[in-house]
Amino acid sequence: MPHLSTAAVLVAESTGTVHDATGTASYAWLLVALPLAGAAILLLGGKTLNKIGPALATGLSWASFGVGVAIITEMLGRGAEERAQHLHLYSWMPAGGFNLDAGLQLDQLSLTFVMLITFVGSLIHVYSLGYMAHDPDKRRFFAYLNLFIAAMLLLVLADSYLLLFVGWEGVGLASYLLIGFWNWNPAYATAANKAFIVNRVGDAGMLLAIFTMFATFGRVDFAGVNAAVGNASQGALTAIGLLLLVGACGKSAQFPLQSWLGDAMAGPTPVSALIHAATMVTAGVYLIVRSSAIFDAAPDARLAVTIVGAITLLFGAIVGCAKDDMKKALAASTMSQIGYMVLAAGLGPVGYAFAIFHLLTHGFFKAGMFLGAGSVMHGMNDQVDMRRFGGLATFMKITWITFGLGWLAIIGFPGLSGFWSKDKIIESAFVGDGWRPWVFGLAALIGAGITAFYMSRLFFMTFHGKRRWTEDVHPHESPATMTVPMMILGFGSAFLGLALGPTGVITDWLEPVVGGGEEHHPVLAVPVITGLTLVLVAGGVALAWLRYLRDAVPVTPPVGSVATRAARRDLFQDDVNEALLARPGLHLTRALVYADNKGVDGAVGGTAAMIGGTSARIKRVQNGYVRSYALTMLLGVVAVLGVVWVVQ
Amino acid sequence: MTAALSSVPAADFVATKVEYAAVLPMFIVFGMALVGVLVEAFAPRRVRYPIQLVLTLGGLVAAFLVLVLYSRDHQAKTAGGAIVIDGPALFLQGTVLVLGAVGLLAMAERLDSAAPDTFTQSGSAVPGSPQEAAAVRMGATTTEVFPLVLFAISGMMMFPAAGDLLTMFVALEVLSLPLYILTGLARRRRLLSQEASLKYFLLGAFSSAFFLFGSALIYGFAGSVRFGEIAKAVPQVGGMDSIAVPGVLLIAVGLLFKIGAVPFHSWTPDVYQGAPTPVTGFMAACTKIAAFGALLRVLYVAFEGLRWNWQPVVAVVAALTMIVGAVLSVTQTDVKRLLAYSSITHAGFVLVGVLAMDRTGVSSTMFYLVAYGFSTIAAFALIALVRSSGSEATHLSQWAGLGKSSPVLAGAFSFLMLAFAGIPLTSGFTAKFAVFGAAIAHDGTWLAVIGVLASAVTAFVYVRVIVLMYFSEPSGDTAVLTPSVLTSTAVTIGVAATLLLGIVPSPLLDLAHDSSLFLP
Repeated sequence: MPHLSTAAVLVAESTGTVHDATGTASYAWLLVALPLAGAAILLLGGKTLNKIGPALATGLSWASFGVGVAIITEMLGRGAEERAQHLHLYSWMPAGGFNLDAGLQLDQLSLTFVMLITFVGSLIHVYSLGYMAHDPDKRRFFAYLNLFIAAMLLLVLADSYLLLFVGWEGVGLASYLLIGFWNWNPAYATAANKAFIVNRVGDAGMLLAIFTMFATFGRVDFAGVNAAVGNASQGALTAIGLLLLVGACGKSAQFPLQSWLGDAMAGPTPVSALIHAATMVTAGVYLIVRSSAIFDAAPDARLAVTIVGAITLLFGAIVGCAKDDMKKALAASTMSQIGYMVLAAGLGPVGYAFAIFHLLTHGFFKAGMFLGAGSVMHGMNDQVDMRRFGGLATFMKITWITFGLGWLAIIGFPGLSGFWSKDKIIESAFVGDGWRPWVFGLAALIGAGITAFYMSRLFFMTFHGKRRWTEDVHPHESPATMTVPMMILGFGSAFLGLALGPTGVITDWLEPVVGGGEEHHPVLAVPVITGLTLVLVAGGVALAWLRYLRDAVPVTPPVGSVATRAARRDLFQDDVNEALLARPGLHLTRALVYADNKGVDGAVGGTAAMIGGTSARIKRVQNGYVRSYALTMLLGVVAVLGVVWVVQ
Repeated sequence: MTAALSSVPAADFVATKVEYAAVLPMFIVFGMALVGVLVEAFAPRRVRYPIQLVLTLGGLVAAFLVLVLYSRDHQAKTAGGAIVIDGPALFLQGTVLVLGAVGLLAMAERLDSAAPDTFTQSGSAVPGSPQEAAAVRMGATTTEVFPLVLFAISGMMMFPAAGDLLTMFVALEVLSLPLYILTGLARRRRLLSQEASLKYFLLGAFSSAFFLFGSALIYGFAGSVRFGEIAKAVPQVGGMDSIAVPGVLLIAVGLLFKIGAVPFHSWTPDVYQGAPTPVTGFMAACTKIAAFGALLRVLYVAFEGLRWNWQPVVAVVAALTMIVGAVLSVTQTDVKRLLAYSSITHAGFVLVGVLAMDRTGVSSTMFYLVAYGFSTIAAFALIALVRSSGSEATHLSQWAGLGKSSPVLAGAFSFLMLAFAGIPLTSGFTAKFAVFGAAIAHDGTWLAVIGVLASAVTAFVYVRVIVLMYFSEPSGDTAVLTPSVLTSTAVTIGVAATLLLGIVPSPLLDLAHDSSLFLP
């Protein structure tokens, strides 16, 4: 079993290098505690904190970032094999033969996420100071943001699947609260519910995965599970892998649990940037990479991961082509980009590092673009219909430039971040034998072309071309609290890839945790793949230019082809869910309610009636006459003695 | 006549040695009772209440302190074997003292009158007669209840500590007679109260007869009434099971009557309903404790060797008690009768523990008695506060909507109901867990199953009361009186104990376990 041997190597690597946390790392609990305290203070503090609350929350988020920087600095001072540390917090569940400690896993993978979450998260806190300045409920908003940061950090720092699940549910809760933040609008409240319910499906998968792990290994901490993988049966590992995949699909909006992400755009735009683009939705990718030992030993589950990624990247890209709502188009793009990451994670050690790499760069450019979208909405009276935009470049210079950098980064313009990270995934997808490299490689390649088309469409429709504004808008640039974070993220979109990718920094950094590093040879030569990608990207941009810049964009959407209409309806995802799940579910519920009423309640009610009837009958013996009481006693004595007499 | 007497060989008179340190608590209570009688005879009417209250409570507290600090280290078989002060006896005596004091607080509640509120001014007067009216006009008091309670408590202390059948019988009568009188002293619904008193007395006498008859048979079988001698005789005397087994069972009947086990339970609802409400609480808690103590001693010490004969019979009684108590509680419409049937069901649960026949049986039984005692005294103390046009409002319909009008009382009562139902975090859960656990460990699984099913049935009953209080509209003129510090203290102690024993039961469980060894 070559896969098992790979796993064994990985286990040796990942367990052999974990030391107890010392120095700064022993304060790692502050990472989670600071924003959590912020959330608690803001929520419990009441109106007195309305003024200072948002600033406090922002400060605590930066403080968490500071702790993260201190830890990673210290970690960089050690050799690569000495870097991973483990911080034991307390004995969480001492239950007979099962002991689970709560602890934090401080390795290269989790700290990469800590950096992304705290840095982008803090920037978005700052941005929100401006974006939410006039919202009467902003204290609550910042409390939820802090809660999210804390939960997300717990998710990535947890040292066991169970503790991870606590963070997993925490981010789900924060996401729910923030999508429905403006819940006076019933549509937004419904969107929050939809996100929550779809995530339930994923969470059920996650829970079942943990149950199965417990049944198979008797342990649920990462170190224990990784060490025990070699002894488990193939069937159990595949089951765990698939269940983890279900969990990842729910959280990361992957096919077939992708339907909630578009609606989740109902939340305030900073939320869409932070939770539904940069961090939370990538938790699924983290989960898969963190479970690399399991997936490496279960090739069938890993193939499923790859297939899900490939389907989702095309699905999201196609949907993105047809959306006129700026945020929903970006959401479709997020889905598609995470599809790339999942695809990469499904490729195994050859792709893990690139999945995380793309996750990082995507966190920057997509968050930047969402913030740009928020800035556009800020200047356009909260409109999101791109058919009503156009020609904004001259009015919002900073937004135009920062968004432009994000656009170039995501389409993979040579030299910018996306070029380094996405093209690496495309290359990795072409690695392997048989049909797989061709299918997955081509899917990734075609996806790149479509991405170029829909992102260019979005960019051109918003910032260029004729003005198609409604009459009452007066577009203007946003305040500095909003533009500065956009600039920083724009800078990151441009150069983060260059700094980490071609230098080999990210692959070397992650190698002790996720493996990889050996040479692979794609079925096509690398220059050919790069060339093909660039040709497709150029084609996509050109097509968008032809249709949305050269030709006028109609204010009312044209009827469009069958494909366009399907894409506008999210490829009928809601109809499919409705037909396959909601309606049968409704019937099942009705049947169950009927069975409950007639069967269960009938049995319970019948028993109760029987007891009541018996009670009423026996009660007659209690007639209040001493003589009959005495007789009862006497009969009792006679019965007792009689029984003994008969028995003897 | 003289010739006949002289023909009896003169027995050598041996002075019996008494270990006073061991029996001092009993002496204190008994002595205080006698002092109380003197107070009734000589103290002016006006000062009787405060004197009696202080004397009685002081006596109980003193006895308890002596028991804990002194007698505990002087366990002994004393008074020629008539009294045995061992672990279970001390534990149960201490429990009776504490619960007796708590119950007394509720009984001493005066509200606005000069005498304890729940007791009639003149117990001997015919209800509604001019004589009674005159007594009320004169401001007569019935402070006799205090010495009566002390007499009952001294009997209850002696009952589980009795070393032979005759002492046990005397204790039984000492504890029963004051209770018969107390039952008939209710201030309101006098006729019901007197009827209850008479019923209790008649049926009690009937059951005492069974006890005596059984004792006679056992004397005939073993040639002694001492439990130790009987236990020795069981394996030695062959071929006389036809006397011994009916003897055990008749003695058991006498005790099962006091416990309120089916089919010897008929008196319970009528007496519980008719007696003054705090007295009901006192009886439900303390009488049960004493009677179970006596039953434990008889069955564990004297007749352990005959267990294969009596155990199945007692098991069937336990099962019947749980089932009949639970089923009958379903249709009750009076709170006091409901709690009476509840006490019957609980007696069944405790019997399940008794049948375990080892240390866990003793300790779980004793724990259950403590837990149930605190809850039930508090519950009856609360019932005494709910009034409708001057009289106690005991019909369930009068309790509707109390959650809105008297949230504290309804909250406390609901909590006690949950404890009776055995919901976790209350003492009721821990206690049930202990007895059922002991039963399952000793081939009593079927009894535990019946117990759990009966619990489910009774849970309906208790929750119905809660639902009635919180989810029904108030029904007119029900009012809740504001109690003085006496009842408040009693209820607070009862509720706090119910909660504490639910959350941290281990200290008491350990104490019960350490106290679970009988002296042979």
